[in-house]
Amino acid sequence: MNNNNNVETKPQTEQTTTANPTGLALKVRGVSKSFRLPTERAGSLKNTIFNWIRGIRGYRVQHVLKDISFDIAKGEFFGIVGKNGSGKSTLLKLISQIYTPDSGTIEVDGKLVPFIELGVGFNPELTGRENVYLNGAMLGFTNEEIDSMYDDIVEFAELGDFMEQKLKNYSSGMQVRLAFSVAIKSQGDILVLDEVLAVGDEAFQKKCQDYFFEAKRQKKTVILVTHSMPDVRRYCDRAMFIQDGRISKIGDPDAIADAYSDSFLPPKQEVKEEETEKKREIVVLDDMRLLVNGDKQKFLAESEDFDLVLDIDCDRELQAKNLFVDIYDGRNVPVLSVPLADDDRTTISAGKHEVSLHIRNVLAFGDYRINCALQNDSDRIMIRENALRFHIKGTAMPVMSVVNPQEAVAVSIS
Amino acid sequence: MIIKEIFTKKNRLLLKAMVSTDFKLRYQQSVLGYVWSVLKPLMLFAIMYVVFIRFLKFGADVPHFAVALLLGIIMWNFFNETTTGGMMSIVGHGDLLRKIYFQKHIVVIASSMSALINFGFNFIVVILFCMLNGVMPSPSWLLIIPILIEEYLLALGVAFFLAAVYVNLRDLNPIWEVVMQAGFYGTPIIYPISMISSRAGVWGPLFAKLDLALNPMAQIVQDARHVMISTANPTIWEWVKFPYALWPVVFSLLIFFGGFHYFTVKSKHFAELV
Repeated sequence: MNNNNNVETKPQTEQTTTANPTGLALKVRGVSKSFRLPTERAGSLKNTIFNWIRGIRGYRVQHVLKDISFDIAKGEFFGIVGKNGSGKSTLLKLISQIYTPDSGTIEVDGKLVPFIELGVGFNPELTGRENVYLNGAMLGFTNEEIDSMYDDIVEFAELGDFMEQKLKNYSSGMQVRLAFSVAIKSQGDILVLDEVLAVGDEAFQKKCQDYFFEAKRQKKTVILVTHSMPDVRRYCDRAMFIQDGRISKIGDPDAIADAYSDSFLPPKQEVKEEETEKKREIVVLDDMRLLVNGDKQKFLAESEDFDLVLDIDCDRELQAKNLFVDIYDGRNVPVLSVPLADDDRTTISAGKHEVSLHIRNVLAFGDYRINCALQNDSDRIMIRENALRFHIKGTAMPVMSVVNPQEAVAVSIS
Repeated sequence: MIIKEIFTKKNRLLLKAMVSTDFKLRYQQSVLGYVWSVLKPLMLFAIMYVVFIRFLKFGADVPHFAVALLLGIIMWNFFNETTTGGMMSIVGHGDLLRKIYFQKHIVVIASSMSALINFGFNFIVVILFCMLNGVMPSPSWLLIIPILIEEYLLALGVAFFLAAVYVNLRDLNPIWEVVMQAGFYGTPIIYPISMISSRAGVWGPLFAKLDLALNPMAQIVQDARHVMISTANPTIWEWVKFPYALWPVVFSLLIFFGGFHYFTVKSKHFAELV
């Protein structure tokens, strides 16, 4: 399976919904959910009575989701991203009918199979086989239906020798593997997955990735909650970014992944009045473009060299070595910091200029963003934060380096 | 919420799976296994037999009171197991509740089914005891069926109510233990109901009637003894006129539907609370 050609084949949002005559798998309208969080431990009779007498409510209401509406078409691979505590998991539980919404409606068309909190609910005293059958019953399958899926499940989980063992004798990784296999190999119509790729060893993660591509090819409806933006870009047809219990953005997975990555940027520092003045006086970045062979690009292959073109406006003559282009990776680590010149002689005169940098692409798979800054003695003055964003295509690996300089390494195997 | 909705095909399969799981796990790693479910009430019976019948001479005026005592014990045990087990069942399955949607009623019903299976084993022993004691089978034995249905519905209604309350209020466990203890002595099990009427002074007959009217288990055990063992065990039918005599049955049904309704309403939020 070629993992790399996936980004280009991503269908447009409108196409997915209209080109699919079978209609919607999920329809969510105006859903809100709040929880009562006990302020003092109100779980005992004593406290309940005391609180009641003292007129204390004993809890405060936290609004986790506010007026959420969206649709998922049949056959769509739908991603949900958001920070911890933003309400993603609550939304999944609402979709899976585990929670009841305070208001609004959720319509599900088809058999929904959830994989939430790393499991489908196993009993440690039962054997693996018994657990598969009990779980199948919980998901609404008959014994005959489970019989027909059983071998598939065991094979995917790679637990053939362990199925007659009690689950309490499994390692935690084995338990999760079995649970995940049950979820994906059971013949449900809609698969709801919460943070699955965070578990399992490398081989199993690879298997899950393969399964995702398979699911995409077979046009299975999958709802995936994840923190991995590469996964969102690679698998999802559409995605949604939840922030503070609201849909902050929905649509194209690339845009969603960008929005999510942006939300982690450090909050804009209070720029001192005089610095703003200084910056405005010295240099302004009008535009920055990333070009590959003269064409504007956002997605690059590994080792695909590119040009950065900057339109700048200076109010005075500057030394080019003091102007920097800084490239940060998705974890906000500066990867490359490139001055516009490496000697003292090159200067940029006052006025508008177009500066072009040819950059040898040593960057590994991932998301990157570019800041433009001016070095003024010991101060680094930000000219433009997030002037540009781009993405290097590739495959997610458990260990990912930031750079990928093939020529720097000489390998000989004898 | 209609009761019929609970018994869809999916739920029947789930119920079967849960009951058989419970059956498999209950006496795991015990040497005597299922023998215990019969042995325990029998040992309890032996103690009570010695203390109350041999020593304190309870029920000397009622024929075959020893069998009546055993029947009372196992009927009470069934009620106790269903209500206590049902109360714990939702919290006990909290892990499952938080991961997957299913009809919550099934959990309570499954736990009641396990109690019912236990009761079945014990009931066979009661029948053997009847034979040994010279109580002959008669057509009136068939009447035990509606009586057991009444007891089952009553116990299930209470179990539904307790299970829903227990999610929020864990104090219920010790409270219910004490209530069960009080109920055991408030129900004619170790003594015949005639003892209340004869030994409690002028108010005795009234107390006996009140017990039958306010404690559905008293009427259930008394009726069971009446139809199974000896008509010398008076029932409410013999003491109160027709429409009023129906009261305990109505009361049981009210408890069943009330508990069921309360559980249905509360079950929507179990997953967030357990």
